[in-house]
Amino acid sequence: MPTVHFTDAEGAVRDVQGNPGDSVMETAVRNGVPGIVAECGGSLSCATCHVFVRQDCLSKLPPMEDMEDEMLYGTAVDREGNSRLSCQVRLTDELELFVTTPETQV
Amino acid sequence: MGTSVAAPTEQTATEHVPAAQAAAVAAAPADSSTRTGLLIIGASQSGVQLAVSLRALGFDEHITLLGDEDHRPYQRPALSKEFLQGTVESESLIFRSNEYWAEHNVDLVKGEYIVRIDKEADGSGVAHSSSGRQFPFKRLALTVGARARKLEIEGGGLGGVLYLRNADDALALKARVGDAQDVVVIGGGFIGLEAASSLQKMGKNVTVLEFGPRLVGRAVGEETAEYFLQAHRARGLDIRLSTSAKRFTAGAGGADDGGAVAGVELQDGTVLPAQIVLVGIGVIPNTQLAEQLGLAVDNGIVVDRFALASDGSTVAIGDCANMPNPVPGSQPGERIRLESVNNAIEHAKVAAYSLTGRREEYAGIPWFWSNQADLKLQIAGLCNGYDQTVLRRDGERGKFSVLYYRLGRVIAADCVNAPLDFMAVKNALAKGHNIPAGAAADPATPPQDDHHGQLTALRQ
Ligand SMILES: Cc1cc2nc3c(=O)[nH]c(=O)nc-3n(C[C@H](O)[C@H](O)[C@H](O)COP(=O)(O)OP(=O)(O)OC[C@H]3O[C@@H](n4cnc5c(N)ncnc54)[C@H](O)[C@@H]3O)c2cc1C
Ligand code: FES
Repeated sequence: MPTVHFTDAEGAVRDVQGNPGDSVMETAVRNGVPGIVAECGGSLSCATCHVFVRQDCLSKLPPMEDMEDEMLYGTAVDREGNSRLSCQVRLTDELELFVTTPETQV
Repeated sequence: MGTSVAAPTEQTATEHVPAAQAAAVAAAPADSSTRTGLLIIGASQSGVQLAVSLRALGFDEHITLLGDEDHRPYQRPALSKEFLQGTVESESLIFRSNEYWAEHNVDLVKGEYIVRIDKEADGSGVAHSSSGRQFPFKRLALTVGARARKLEIEGGGLGGVLYLRNADDALALKARVGDAQDVVVIGGGFIGLEAASSLQKMGKNVTVLEFGPRLVGRAVGEETAEYFLQAHRARGLDIRLSTSAKRFTAGAGGADDGGAVAGVELQDGTVLPAQIVLVGIGVIPNTQLAEQLGLAVDNGIVVDRFALASDGSTVAIGDCANMPNPVPGSQPGERIRLESVNNAIEHAKVAAYSLTGRREEYAGIPWFWSNQADLKLQIAGLCNGYDQTVLRRDGERGKFSVLYYRLGRVIAADCVNAPLDFMAVKNALAKGHNIPAGAAADPATPPQDDHHGQLTALRQ
């Protein structure tokens, strides 16, 4: 089972197991991980599912599409080089992902 | 209290109680021994958010989150989009895992339709469901949403004449889609256009009938409505404006045909073939319980800035609530009922503060999205009362947006495939900044915030 390690802005870590095919956002929200709001439920419309992906994991992810790229300019906490919208990142069996949630999403 | 026993048959069976559910649970236990701290009636976007926000605020009383649907609470937006098209699984629509509710001391009650509430002056009371169960509470929240407006014309009861408000509706639609070639969608609003685009993508021959002279009613401005009309027509949707259905015709075999719809007869006598008719002509807020409780009702349950109904104790939020316009700077006394996910969430947060003794007014920038084919519409703010528009159009990249101004200040924007514009306006509104009209006119550069928004800088 893929695992996502969520670190919040204060440094608290939460490990959540997810299902292959689910997005990182879904995995977080269903389990009530604070720090991911995901208003639009994964429709790529809200930018409230912003995460910072640990550098070594970043290269394992498929590149982002233009729409995600544009949406990232509207996140509540400024984007960084390792920013992604977690609703666009899907879990796979091999993936062990480390992400940090921003201080706020709205 | 306690002595008045409801005879369920006394209550008019409301049209959306599923028959199977009404028949079920003959001798259900009356669970009056346990009185929940807060009974939330309606287990959807706003009810779920209320429970979640209350726990985040440290509310420690027992919560019962009750709804009439036989599904775990799920998100509706995908029902007309990804779920209909089969690109997401139903499991993805579920808001929270069962473990989450158990861990947070929230009782999730499914499949119970509340028909009557007895309430005391202190805010406590007992809710009675159509199956005879009783749900005593200390405090009450109504998050009952809205129901689809019915089209009462001849043939409206035929099989295949469908609505799209909840998961059961979506499942019924999906079950018929396979056999259908021709679909008529009645109503050119968001739900109608989303479903029409989805069905067209699934290979159906789709016609949209809109009674009004333009699409999407008053939710967007003239330019956006026109843009959608052209864009959908260019994508092959047959859209007929100022057209209404006179009656639905049954299959040639009449009753033998199983009473299924076969066509839609228009006012001018034309008959369009249709094995599915999807009616999306708006919703009616569920105010039945509020009326029975004697709460003020006027196009929704009337609430104050703290989400409190007229009795001062019941909270009402989301699609069912009529509230003071939350947009900063709106006219005093202006009221509004919003139907959106964002509103359900923000309004729930206000109610959660209210219930935990904090007075936080709802002041927010409403926003909304709608995905139709490859068109992603994002709306920030409310355009009511605008006196100027600025159009930004980048034909090459398929981007389109309209910024709305009142007295020189930006108040809203409709953005299609233009998230940067949407974000710029939403952020400017949230921060109380302006995007001067002159600085917004060039579609090649992002809208310039008068505080030199970071968006512009970042994008360079
Ligand atoms: C197909 C569709 C697509 C949408 N797309 C978008 C979109 O893209 N973007 C957007 O922002 N919004 C969209 N919306 C709107 C959004 O889903 C609603 O604004 C939101 O669901 C409102 O939440 P609510 O909890 O207030 O009400 P509802 O979601 O209507 O929930 C109310 C619940 O209460 C239950 N209930 C009612 N009366 C009783 C009773 N007496 N006893 C027990 N239970 C009761 C109902 O069955 C229902 O489950 C869409 C809606 C639909 C239907
Ligand atoms: S959940 Fe809205 S953009 Fe990811």
